[in-house]
Amino acid sequence: MTAATALLELARPSLARLTAVELRKTVDTRAGRWLLVLIGVAALAMVPVVLFAAPKDERGVPEMFVASQTGVALLLPVLGILSVTSEWSQRTALATFALVPGRGRVLAAKLLGGVALGVAFACAGVLLSFAGRAAGAVLGRSSGSWTMPMSLLGTALLLAAIWVSMGVAFGTLLMNTPLAIVMFFLLPTLWSTLGEMVAKLRGPAGWLDTNKTLIALLDPDVSGGAWARVATSVTVWLAIPLAIGMLRLTRREVK
Amino acid sequence: MISVEGLTKRYGDVPAVEDVSFHCAPGTVTGFLGPNGAGKSTTMRMICGLTPPSSGTATVQGVPYGRIANPGRHVGVLLDAAAQHAGRTGRETLALTAMLTGVGRDRAGAMLDLVGLSGRPARRRVAGYSLGMRQRLGIAQALVGDPSVLILDEPANGLDPEGIFWMRGLLRDFADRGGTVLLSSHLLREVEAVADRFVVIAGGRIAARGTKEELLAAPGRTLVRGVDGAALGAALAGAGLRPRPDTGGAFLVEAPAEAVGRAAASAGVVLLELREAGGGGLEELFLSLTASGGRPSGTPVPSPHGLEGASL
Repeated sequence: MTAATALLELARPSLARLTAVELRKTVDTRAGRWLLVLIGVAALAMVPVVLFAAPKDERGVPEMFVASQTGVALLLPVLGILSVTSEWSQRTALATFALVPGRGRVLAAKLLGGVALGVAFACAGVLLSFAGRAAGAVLGRSSGSWTMPMSLLGTALLLAAIWVSMGVAFGTLLMNTPLAIVMFFLLPTLWSTLGEMVAKLRGPAGWLDTNKTLIALLDPDVSGGAWARVATSVTVWLAIPLAIGMLRLTRREVK
Repeated sequence: MISVEGLTKRYGDVPAVEDVSFHCAPGTVTGFLGPNGAGKSTTMRMICGLTPPSSGTATVQGVPYGRIANPGRHVGVLLDAAAQHAGRTGRETLALTAMLTGVGRDRAGAMLDLVGLSGRPARRRVAGYSLGMRQRLGIAQALVGDPSVLILDEPANGLDPEGIFWMRGLLRDFADRGGTVLLSSHLLREVEAVADRFVVIAGGRIAARGTKEELLAAPGRTLVRGVDGAALGAALAGAGLRPRPDTGGAFLVEAPAEAVGRAAASAGVVLLELREAGGGGLEELFLSLTASGGRPSGTPVPSPHGLEGASL
């Protein structure tokens, strides 16, 4: 059985290598590059908005950073969704899972790759915010803060990780690009609308609408209740879809 | 080496593959033949761990595919040439595989050279590739990890005659260097010249398997001619062998030569000729095996002894 042991002994590709492959997949097509450029533009475009529209003393680095990340947050989930669903729409899943039979490891690599891109966009947001503040100083349009609170950066990184992972979770659960994108943007809004229309749902809506629970983390002093809401909404919209999606993925026939 | 034991796949109550078993030995090319929808692709996906079987097992070099640590380095797989990202260039597609399997980056370029896609085609996006070019790219992708086993589903599909000739040489060379090749086709002619062994599948079941010679010498069909045709016919019918007279005064009998000879001897009929019926070649056999969607009635499945013995 020497041949058989050789098959088992050769190291499997490390998670780091799988993640590097997933990152490369996000930039090696025109569509992928455009999506990344679009996210960058979204981050950039929000900075002048703050510079020209916000009250003058609120034109500081933290405000600009929050604004830039709001733009990023809108598109980061799409990046996560596409990283999974494009495997099915382009049918590359066949080659991907023939090369890596451990489908959970591919999913983990997609999550890590997405989080890495989220971190990169947060860092870009920091640079853009300082550039925006500097531009504000030159133009005499800003008297806001020059400091970037580390707690804010930490929160932003956490939010970026949650947004992109939610995208991956929806993509894995639904395995269909348009369906996943529509559901991702429709469900929280639908939930909020229902919450406003039906009095009894108003309480639960505040706990489950990620648009509300996650944004609350950007307040300077976050209450324990806010964290509980984050945990609840993230369980419902990230952990559960990801778990079910993972189950679907491991059982699914790859054609 | 590929071992398939009793693979079965049912979708609900509908069986797609039923109790399929065969072995592919190193140094051989196995042609996996059958009409469209016979279950070839499903069987190959089950071997590669992409379709969970309802029952049965498949191993490569004695290991279930899913447990191979880095399968790209041992098994080259091409299941569907159309299943490539349209937005990637040919070179990038191979570069990703090289990166994933951990072979050198230069391996991608070498494989592009090998399949004739280097230069401009390599820099083009796969969306602009013809089906033949995609097949070449898929074969290159299967070979990137320098595997010892190749599993190719309809690789000749879309290739021009020159391309089929080229692929034949490539696979022959791969097998001659000790590699194991399993390739499927719904066209016998595409694989007839390169395959050493055949597994014919129809309606999800194995219809026949063996070498070309073993398949052509399908036991049970015997041609017999006697001095007295009428007496021979009566003797065979008396033994319950149901002789069918052919145009030349001989009989075709669905029975082994020995049974036919004994029936003639016990009736005291003098024989002029007694041999296995040759039939109309592999093509006719293939059609007869697959046309009815299963085993042709009355023809027992050839069960060659050499196939299993050689591979185990």
